[in-house]
Amino acid sequence: MPEPDSLEQKVIELIAQKKRLPPESVTLDSTFVELGIDSLDGMDLLFTFEETFKLSIPDEVAQQMKSVRQVTEALRAALAANPQPSTN
Amino acid sequence: MRRVVITGIGAVSALGVGVPALWEGLAAGRSGIRRVTICDQSRLTDPIAAELSSFDPAAHLSSDQLLLLDRYAAFAMVAAEEAWSGAGLELTEEERQRAGALIGTGMGGVTRQDECYRDMYDRGVTRTHPFTIPRIMYNAAASHISMKYRLEGPTLCISTACSSASHAIGEAAELIRAGRADVMVAGGADAPIAPGVVKAWEGMRVLAPAGDDPATACRPFSADRQGLVLGEGSGVVILEERERAMRRGAVIHGELSGYSATADAAHITAPGVESPARAIRQALAQAGLNPEQIQYINAHGTATRLNDSTETTIIKRVFGDHARRVAISSTKSMHGHMMGASGAVELIATLMALERGIVPPTANYRKPDPECDLDYVPNQAREMKVDAAVSNSFAFGGLNAVLVVTRA
Repeated sequence: MPEPDSLEQKVIELIAQKKRLPPESVTLDSTFVELGIDSLDGMDLLFTFEETFKLSIPDEVAQQMKSVRQVTEALRAALAANPQPSTN
Repeated sequence: MRRVVITGIGAVSALGVGVPALWEGLAAGRSGIRRVTICDQSRLTDPIAAELSSFDPAAHLSSDQLLLLDRYAAFAMVAAEEAWSGAGLELTEEERQRAGALIGTGMGGVTRQDECYRDMYDRGVTRTHPFTIPRIMYNAAASHISMKYRLEGPTLCISTACSSASHAIGEAAELIRAGRADVMVAGGADAPIAPGVVKAWEGMRVLAPAGDDPATACRPFSADRQGLVLGEGSGVVILEERERAMRRGAVIHGELSGYSATADAAHITAPGVESPARAIRQALAQAGLNPEQIQYINAHGTATRLNDSTETTIIKRVFGDHARRVAISSTKSMHGHMMGASGAVELIATLMALERGIVPPTANYRKPDPECDLDYVPNQAREMKVDAAVSNSFAFGGLNAVLVVTRA
């Protein structure tokens, strides 16, 4: 699991990788729409985040995730709520 | 009356990617059956199959597509591309709305389904990839083909076990005859070489054992036949309304002149005689042909004890004295039983027989069986003129599909 301060970096990296974008084109303020992330891509990314950070994001939180910042906030909240990584 | 011709053909099978590889193998009487390598065999009993272990989806499809395509659908996409590019179709916006895809499958995305269940029940994994459902679903192949070629007309999936592709092609032709479409991409695909599926087939006790030489394990109509061998792949054809195809000067592989679907309504696995016979008669009637006008029958020919003797009885019942003169072969002896893809690959083999004047053989035929006493074109392809031919598919569940093709 990455250190908390590298979480933003890791999220940007994963998004860039999935969407095949240069990492510098993805910022915390980028929205999913701007990055061309549709609902299907969103599910794929969610799965990747859950696997990478060993946590679970509830459906109601997932539905609110429309930008990179919202992703990192949701991931931080999930990590804080469940500091023991769930095993998979 | 609107008539239907075939203007494109595409195939992926254990004999290779593409119709040329399929035909080269069939004409040479070469079996694509070998020991299974593409899935875990640890809990299987020396499994064999007509598998295409060299298939590299990445050589044909983009990584974005591959995320969403299970093995069966990837086979279908590759076969469809060969058929589509061969047909040389360019559709206008309006024509796209009268073009569709009808792709059958017996088991859909069972590769992913098997992995998903294994992850959950065997490995205790608590999460599964969100694309699991779009990969597993039986209409994935039809939908991906519709998206790739922007076909906006009737697009469907038929799942009738071993008859899926024949029903898909037959019903697609009916859509064209009825005026509901002008162009249909039709066929079938399956990828049943997954541990859970092979195990289930082992449970039915109909699989041929590996023996010393797996390539010779599938022996349709031979007295020493010992069961079927699973295969994988896809066959896809382009069906087109005849006037349209002629107007644009398309290469016509043959006319799909007859089709019939019947049900035994009797037994879930044992084949019947009357309903399959009626399917052949009805398909011939639609084609306007007498039984004597058929020169070649591509048999269902699974190489189970019961299928081959029953199919022989069916052929005798329909063709009478002519049954002894018509050439019959089971190409499953080489490409295996490709489940929901079989009917399409076998129709393509039948069209090639028409075009090339060569009938593919029944491989591994060793010993005459008094219950199978017709001409099965044993072991060696035969040069002969074929003007009209029949392709049989008789599925578990008693669902029969018969296609008739004639020289265009």
